[in-house]
Amino acid sequence: MNLNRIWAVFQARNAEFFRDRAAFGWNFAFPFLIIVGFGLIFSGREYTQFKVGVFPSTGDVVELSRSTIPPALHKDRHVVFLPIPDRTEGEKLLNHHKIDLLLDANSPVHAYWINDTSPNGSIAERIFLASFMANQHIPEKGITHGVQVRYIDWLLPGILAMNMMFSALWGVGYVIVRYRKNGALKRLKATPLTALEYLSAQMFSRIFLLMFTLCIVWFGTDLIFDIHVQGSYFLISLIFLLGGLNLCSIGLILAARGTSEEFTSGILNFISWPMMFLSEVWFSLEGSPPWVHTLSRFFPLTHLLTAARRVMSDGASFADVRWECGILLFSTLICLSVAALLFSWNE
Amino acid sequence: MSAILEVIRLRKHFSTIEAVREVSFQVKAGTCFGLLGPNGAGKTTTMEIVEDIITPTSGQILYKGQPRSSAFREEIGIQFQHTSLLNFLTVEETLKTFSRLYKEPEDLEEIINRCDLSALRKQRNNRLSGGQTQRLMLALALINRPQLIFLDEPSTGLDPQSRRNLWNIITGLKNEGKTLILTTHSMEEAEYLCDEIAIMDQGTIIAMGSPEHLIQAHCGLISIILPRSAWTITAHNLPFTIQEQDNEVIVLTPEIHVGLQTLMDLGINLKHVSIHSPNLEDVFLHLTGKKLRE
Repeated sequence: MNLNRIWAVFQARNAEFFRDRAAFGWNFAFPFLIIVGFGLIFSGREYTQFKVGVFPSTGDVVELSRSTIPPALHKDRHVVFLPIPDRTEGEKLLNHHKIDLLLDANSPVHAYWINDTSPNGSIAERIFLASFMANQHIPEKGITHGVQVRYIDWLLPGILAMNMMFSALWGVGYVIVRYRKNGALKRLKATPLTALEYLSAQMFSRIFLLMFTLCIVWFGTDLIFDIHVQGSYFLISLIFLLGGLNLCSIGLILAARGTSEEFTSGILNFISWPMMFLSEVWFSLEGSPPWVHTLSRFFPLTHLLTAARRVMSDGASFADVRWECGILLFSTLICLSVAALLFSWNE
Repeated sequence: MSAILEVIRLRKHFSTIEAVREVSFQVKAGTCFGLLGPNGAGKTTTMEIVEDIITPTSGQILYKGQPRSSAFREEIGIQFQHTSLLNFLTVEETLKTFSRLYKEPEDLEEIINRCDLSALRKQRNNRLSGGQTQRLMLALALINRPQLIFLDEPSTGLDPQSRRNLWNIITGLKNEGKTLILTTHSMEEAEYLCDEIAIMDQGTIIAMGSPEHLIQAHCGLISIILPRSAWTITAHNLPFTIQEQDNEVIVLTPEIHVGLQTLMDLGINLKHVSIHSPNLEDVFLHLTGKKLRE
């Protein structure tokens, strides 16, 4: 291994990344926009509001005071009332999940309709039925104490990890295949540069860019949302570093052979999309079937996110997340070895 | 002069296609060796096997009498026919990056001046013209002071002036004692630059030698071309071969002055005569029955 050659390729790749302004800007804009967008959407009341259609209504606003709808429901902040001209139109909207519950404003028997297949409909029905219990004896209510994890705090590592995944897989896998196709790799093969040196330089360059992006996006998000972190920033950085190395090494395996950008693109999508949905980037897998949990454990993103969230939300120490870190490190070494063995400059 | 490179019974299959068939040749140190042939003749494949870019199906390649070692790549320079560079680097940065891949790189200013890249040093690679890119590619091939230089179709896509400049650089390298191997389908380029030529067709070498030797051996006669209207004698008992075509008569003679003197003695009007000296194109036509550019 010649460190001077690795450094030369590392610098060249970084220069290319920083000068490709469109790609460079998008690398920051994409995660930042998603975090800000979702942060704003899910921190507001809209997140928990159920849409209740009321007929017959002719104007833009439902006249609740003249209806038979229980007054307790009028004030419920989780419910938004939508005027519907008639029952037929209301049922159509219910069938298409555009409203969660349909009420007859004039019904003396408080007639209502729901879509049996809609989970929101079922909850809205319970809220509606509960509104008839106002002024009666209700169970005692308690509010949890301690640190409540906001959705944005839970979401941030997911978005950063997802961005890291796309950047690592596409920035390494896709780019190397493109270099092979256009002959850039062949030109490098004609030099004393070895495959291991080249792959190492690519990986170090990408991990440097990933961590750089991560810091900038984290800092920007923290300015807006005041992100809560219970554990060590250093440990979080280490976990993301290990995760990034692991994802880059998977990208290197994909880049080891082949000259078809289309095929590589298909494979990258095949890998990244299930990882995005089954690694708890957007939502928790709590309550999903056991096989989904088993499958998710095969994805490095799952271990990255599990460890990062435990440190962020629970203040976990390195000892608490050592297994996740170990799995990420071990599979990185395996993937790197496989990539180095399979790598071809021009075939 | 000793052989710096020996290629022995080289073969290369691509699935069912035999791209290179039993190719053998030697390249003497300090000479320019040319692989001449039409597109698809197997020149580039042969070249890339020798460069250690692709592996042969069988055969042996010796560099300085030994199988190629890791030092081979330190001592060779390659200009590929089709390749690409990092788009967002400048010419100077590209040269610097590549120079750092070698133990003993050439002085950057020397390379930049030799390949006439001074005005382009801050230009990004993706903004270079075809001729400028070729000059940069040549500079990269020379960045490590190579002893053996491979040039694959170096003048393809260049205008006449750029081609002439390239030839001057290559001639300069020859004068410094560098060994060059180039592929080309331009017989003019091969004749101008090469000390020895292997003519390839359909994956095999069909003739090899110096340009003069090849022309002499396969097409030694000079053509004196006359319009048919000027041909006023009967073609028999003449001291040269006559080929009569629709509108012209071709007189084939080994010595141009003897042929012309004989025609003048016979009273032939030489006002519209044209003379064609044989070249490598004729050698290829003679050997394969087709033109180089077909």
